[in-house]
Amino acid sequence: MSGILVVMEQQGGQWHRMSWEALAAGIELGKQSGQPVLAAVPGSEIAALANEAATKAVAKVHAVEHPLLKDYTPDGFTAALEQLIRQHAPTVVLFPHTYQVRDYAPKLATRFGQSLLSDVIHIRADGGTPVFVRQLFQGKLNADFRPSGNGPFFASVQAGAFRADSLEAGSAQVETFTPQLDAAQIRTKPQAPFREAARAVDLTAAEIIVSVGRGIKDKENIHIVEALAKALNGELAASRPICDNGWLPMERQVGSSGQTVSPKVYMAIGISGAIQHLVGMKGSKIIVAINKDANAPIFEVADYGIVGDLFEIVPALVEEVKKAKG
Amino acid sequence: MKIIVAIKQVPVRDSQLRIDASGRWIQEEDLSFEINEPDAYALEEALQLKEKHGGEVVALCLGPARATQTIREALAKGADRAIHIEEENTGALDTFGVASLLSSAIQGEKPDLILTGLQSDDLGYGQTGVVMAEILGLPHSTIIMQVEKENESIRVKRELENGWFQHIDIPLPAVLAIQSGISKLRYATLMGIKKAKLKEMKKVTVGELGAPPPATVLIERAYAPQKSKRTQILEGDAKAVAAKLVEKLKFEVRVI
Ligand SMILES: Cc1cc2nc3c(=O)[nH]c(=O)nc-3n(C[C@H](O)[C@H](O)[C@H](O)COP(=O)(O)OP(=O)(O)OC[C@H]3O[C@@H](n4cnc5c(N)ncnc54)[C@H](O)[C@@H]3O)c2cc1C
Repeated sequence: MSGILVVMEQQGGQWHRMSWEALAAGIELGKQSGQPVLAAVPGSEIAALANEAATKAVAKVHAVEHPLLKDYTPDGFTAALEQLIRQHAPTVVLFPHTYQVRDYAPKLATRFGQSLLSDVIHIRADGGTPVFVRQLFQGKLNADFRPSGNGPFFASVQAGAFRADSLEAGSAQVETFTPQLDAAQIRTKPQAPFREAARAVDLTAAEIIVSVGRGIKDKENIHIVEALAKALNGELAASRPICDNGWLPMERQVGSSGQTVSPKVYMAIGISGAIQHLVGMKGSKIIVAINKDANAPIFEVADYGIVGDLFEIVPALVEEVKKAKG
Repeated sequence: MKIIVAIKQVPVRDSQLRIDASGRWIQEEDLSFEINEPDAYALEEALQLKEKHGGEVVALCLGPARATQTIREALAKGADRAIHIEEENTGALDTFGVASLLSSAIQGEKPDLILTGLQSDDLGYGQTGVVMAEILGLPHSTIIMQVEKENESIRVKRELENGWFQHIDIPLPAVLAIQSGISKLRYATLMGIKKAKLKEMKKVTVGELGAPPPATVLIERAYAPQKSKRTQILEGDAKAVAAKLVEKLKFEVRVI
């Protein structure tokens, strides 16, 4: 057994951008552990994408081609990748931690008697075995995991944890791998993706976003934060639970299931900073966090932080903004 | 429909966490515990499906003795009975181990649906349901925002990234990992709490179920994350910090 296999994700010929971050993680681990890095691209008619992956510093690219892999299904993808992994016996299999990977990678790992280490933020080769770092309690703690046994070890890497812009160029060989798949094996029938409704609010155009989280406690309190958005001439946004509760419409949700924004100023008020929220806003130029918990993960990405009660601070802010605007 | 819902007990949100003496987990002594939030939604979905289609809801939980409280609450909300795999040392299990035990504990139950929450608030692996599906040889889907029964199958609404969704048709029996926010959570009624005391809570041990496969991925060390970004913390009373922040926004960031 040797090699690090990175499974890259595409849909309808379009890369999932996190694929490159997973590849970067694989290349980094390959360097540290002196192992070759192989990439796999599962899908149908994916030759062009496989060729593109081959321009990076990898030893080989496996184009895992089959008409039954055109639409993603957990049964199809698990069966195809299981065959590839059995044939090439890598020591480590890496994925981007996408919604699709959440859906099938645990199943695939189970086929090998393994548990997937999901949402990994750091990997280091430590005396032959890789050590994986992942978060506990929604980012409040970190933990090191050192897998035991012979592997293969399965891990998915968190959005933004590895830099895709530093990928070295290379010229790898592309090999087509045709898995044995039978339509009868695939039990679930996916329909075409859709969006709920046209978005009336385009948060991506806003210069200032004032975003409210569960710290607001009650629908009746939303106006407190809304007043700040108004005073600053900004857009009001929210974390997921606020939209789930129907306190604000879903089109104002920021995060992996909502909108991705990068305004000049993003104010996170009573938001803890779970990764699914962070991926939607950490590209903002200036991030302000107001939270009563000094250890809230949101402070990890904040430029300015205020530790305190939003119910005291936000009204004071509205006053000061109004004063400053004259 | 017979529905099994896997639920887990976790520290309440906003708990102040401290690492314990082993260096591998948190001090649990002075914490309060509650049902893992996504699991509460899985339970809610199970209860609503039962109300629509009839049948039975069975709560399934692996956890220490203190988890009894959370299981009772599930019964009070309307689950018909419960199976509790009582195990104090859950830290010695990995996901494959946990899912194996949960699967053995429901042998012979023949459910139409198994629901789990999408992920736990403590470990956050997000895979117990998927692994159970593989062990039990059942189809599955995850990040589910809606479930509709249609004869021998179900149609689910699965959440995709960036505000997209997809419907998926799945034959029964099946396993679903339910997303938080799928519906509104109910509260237990006084009547429900009374009734819960009479409902069956079957206790089984890991010994009775048979040892799970040996764990391959366990926590070696838990620790507070190191801050990598320099955050300027503004200090003072509400008025003072507000004035400081507005000054920054006006003169440094220049948005006011
Ligand atoms: C597949 C998936 C997709 C997801 N997609 C998204 C997404 O798109 N967007 C998203 O936001 N989340 C998403 N989530 C949910 C995410 O994991 C978190 O659960 C969510 O972001 C938490 O929201 P929150 O920070 O508002 O609430 P909490 O985590 O409950 O945080 C509330 C915060 O408020 C603080 N607080 C409480 N009272 C006060 C007070 N008086 N003053 C100041 N601070 C106070 C607390 O200290 C705490 O930090 C997703 C999860 C999954 C699994």
